[in-house]
Amino acid sequence: MLKVNVMEEKYSDIEQAILSEYKYGFVTDIEADEAPKGLDENTIRFISAKKNEPEWMLQYRLKAYHQWLKMEEPSWANLKYDPIDYQDIIYYSAPKQKKKLNSLDEIDPELRRTFEKLGISLDEQKRLSGVAVDAVIDSVSIATTFKAQLAEQGIIFCSMSEAIQEHPELIKKYLGSVVPVTDNYFAALNAAVFSDGSFVYIPKGVRCPMELSTYFRINAENTGQFERTLIVADEGSYVSYLEGCTAPMRDENQLHAAVVELIAQDHAEIKYSTVQNWYPGDKDGKGGIYNFVTKRGICQGSHSKISWTQVETGSAITWKYPSVILKGDHSVGEFYSVAVTNNHQQADTGTKMQHIGKHTRSRIVSKGISAGFSNNSYRGLVHVSKNATNARNYSQCDSLLIGDKCGAHTFPYIEAKNNTSVVEHEATTSKVGEDQIFYCNQRGIDTETAVALIINGFAKEVMNQLPMEFAIEAQKLLAISLEGSVG
Amino acid sequence: MLRIDNLQAGIEEKQILKGINLDIKPGEVHAIMGPNGSGKSTLASVLAGRQDYEVTGGSVTFEGKDLLELSPEERAGEGVFLSFQYPVEIPGLSTTNFIKTAVNEVRKYRGQEQLDAVSFLKLMKEKMALMEMDQAMLSRSLNEGFSGGEKKRNEIFQMAMLQPKLAILDETDSGLDIDAIRIVANGVNKLRNENNAVLVITHYQRLLDYLVPDFVHVLYKGRIVKSGTKELALELEKKGYDFIKNEIGVEEDV
Repeated sequence: MLKVNVMEEKYSDIEQAILSEYKYGFVTDIEADEAPKGLDENTIRFISAKKNEPEWMLQYRLKAYHQWLKMEEPSWANLKYDPIDYQDIIYYSAPKQKKKLNSLDEIDPELRRTFEKLGISLDEQKRLSGVAVDAVIDSVSIATTFKAQLAEQGIIFCSMSEAIQEHPELIKKYLGSVVPVTDNYFAALNAAVFSDGSFVYIPKGVRCPMELSTYFRINAENTGQFERTLIVADEGSYVSYLEGCTAPMRDENQLHAAVVELIAQDHAEIKYSTVQNWYPGDKDGKGGIYNFVTKRGICQGSHSKISWTQVETGSAITWKYPSVILKGDHSVGEFYSVAVTNNHQQADTGTKMQHIGKHTRSRIVSKGISAGFSNNSYRGLVHVSKNATNARNYSQCDSLLIGDKCGAHTFPYIEAKNNTSVVEHEATTSKVGEDQIFYCNQRGIDTETAVALIINGFAKEVMNQLPMEFAIEAQKLLAISLEGSVG
Repeated sequence: MLRIDNLQAGIEEKQILKGINLDIKPGEVHAIMGPNGSGKSTLASVLAGRQDYEVTGGSVTFEGKDLLELSPEERAGEGVFLSFQYPVEIPGLSTTNFIKTAVNEVRKYRGQEQLDAVSFLKLMKEKMALMEMDQAMLSRSLNEGFSGGEKKRNEIFQMAMLQPKLAILDETDSGLDIDAIRIVANGVNKLRNENNAVLVITHYQRLLDYLVPDFVHVLYKGRIVKSGTKELALELEKKGYDFIKNEIGVEEDV
């Protein structure tokens, strides 16, 4: 208790306003079907059997598991945390449902209420206009809305488990094609134990008529969430996809290691937005989600485009670098990021743009906001291969500091192997000033609102990239995440 | 409306205001003049509630309320407006959005309904016409890349939007050419009525050619050493601040 008091004294006036309650921290009381704690071959067989998977999928998992055993946890990130005990995690947990659902009406009312509390309606009538949702709780997908309507245009939007059963040819072709099993420690772990996630396929020439989204929720204790998302946009198609996530407040850290793969064929465009709000831990840094995520897209075809937008406000630790492989000529990769860290949160996030095709272009806009005792790092790599003539990159990394006990760091790496390339990098660091706050106060605006205005102004370029329906939510989220940092 | 009684204040142990007395009634324009370092801007900051300054004695009553007890945003809600000498920039925040937030926060404080987008726009158009503001400036980020004159016009535009009871203009004329001064002063004149008051803080008399004061006070070393009518400002302009020093025989600093 003494420690808490000392901490509070250390916050200056300008930091006091943040200590907000995480409003998604509740737990749903529902019986779960769980794997025993720990990880070995039996765990993987258990998961695969639970999902009634074909043999090839089990083999894929086992291969990944043996690969993972040979790998070491990466330590190069600017992050500090106690070693993770991988034998102390439950790798599969599913809310018990009485029987197979025939329609959305049959969802357990308790789960339905859970998602309603989170602002996600599983009721197609009460939907957010033009948004289809796949709801994932712990290890399984609970419901996917608007499937039938999307199917009319040949669009597949379903849980990964279902895709493995129903569309094995697509899964075999694309799963692991962008992020191979051998890619990195957390990706290998994910490939071994992933339990669900979303699958999207947009056929040739189809423009997806609504936003697709997945809402991830961790509920069970001691459980890791390992979801897998795969989006394939065939020639000339377009899709905008959004993911959101929350978790209960707990004293223990929970592991989330996801893999997302995007494939854009000729003239296709994928827009992928994330609003990440996993439980960040309390103000002394106790608890919270360890978010180790591998996200990568490939612009396979010419004139294709992949755009990542992320608003990262949650998690105790974020390790995440949504990247684009620009393979097709004239392809375009974009990365727009706002990462907020407060209290004792740590984020090491950024992107990789790999220019392989000719006339490829990439744009990176990263906005880091640090408050409290937090540490926020941007890490980015722009790589231009030998044959990537006329590649262009523009990177901009801005950091905003609130208070004087937090840190902002930038690690930009540039590797240009073709002398026709043009790579530009700009970086700024600024502080939320007492003067700015007082100016707002004098106009009748209280300090919390003033901070929200200042940070939303700072992050505007990125927020503008979000789909309309979510931009306002994300703005509020930014403000909430920093509540108590200023007083 | 505003009554300042023996106000003493300073910053980091340094006493700057050494007993200010001032009484402002509705409809009046008061000018405070004085050489650099006399405490003019300190007075403005203390009245607006800037935290860096510590009030060590005296009292300030505004419309019957103890002003010093209120937070800066509460003072704004009560109707105190400060036109800043150096308005700050907030990148990415549009001037319109900022003003809309301010107007609605002040309305909330006063128990009035929030203005919806349509009513706000109507109010803004009306004030823009009055202040001869153009739309382009209001869609830019708050004060970012504004010229000195634009920043000050923006201050007065905010005053028009917030309709304060007491407007404190802190060296609004500094850094402006004569045309800009005239525009800003005319703007303030248009907003004057029998229910509000203006406290002009300035170093030079030239602003007062356009914004004519009912009373002029000379601030020197933290005290109001002489008060008079607008003629006092002209006399100061002609003779310089030395004449005050000689006339009152102020003791030098130890």
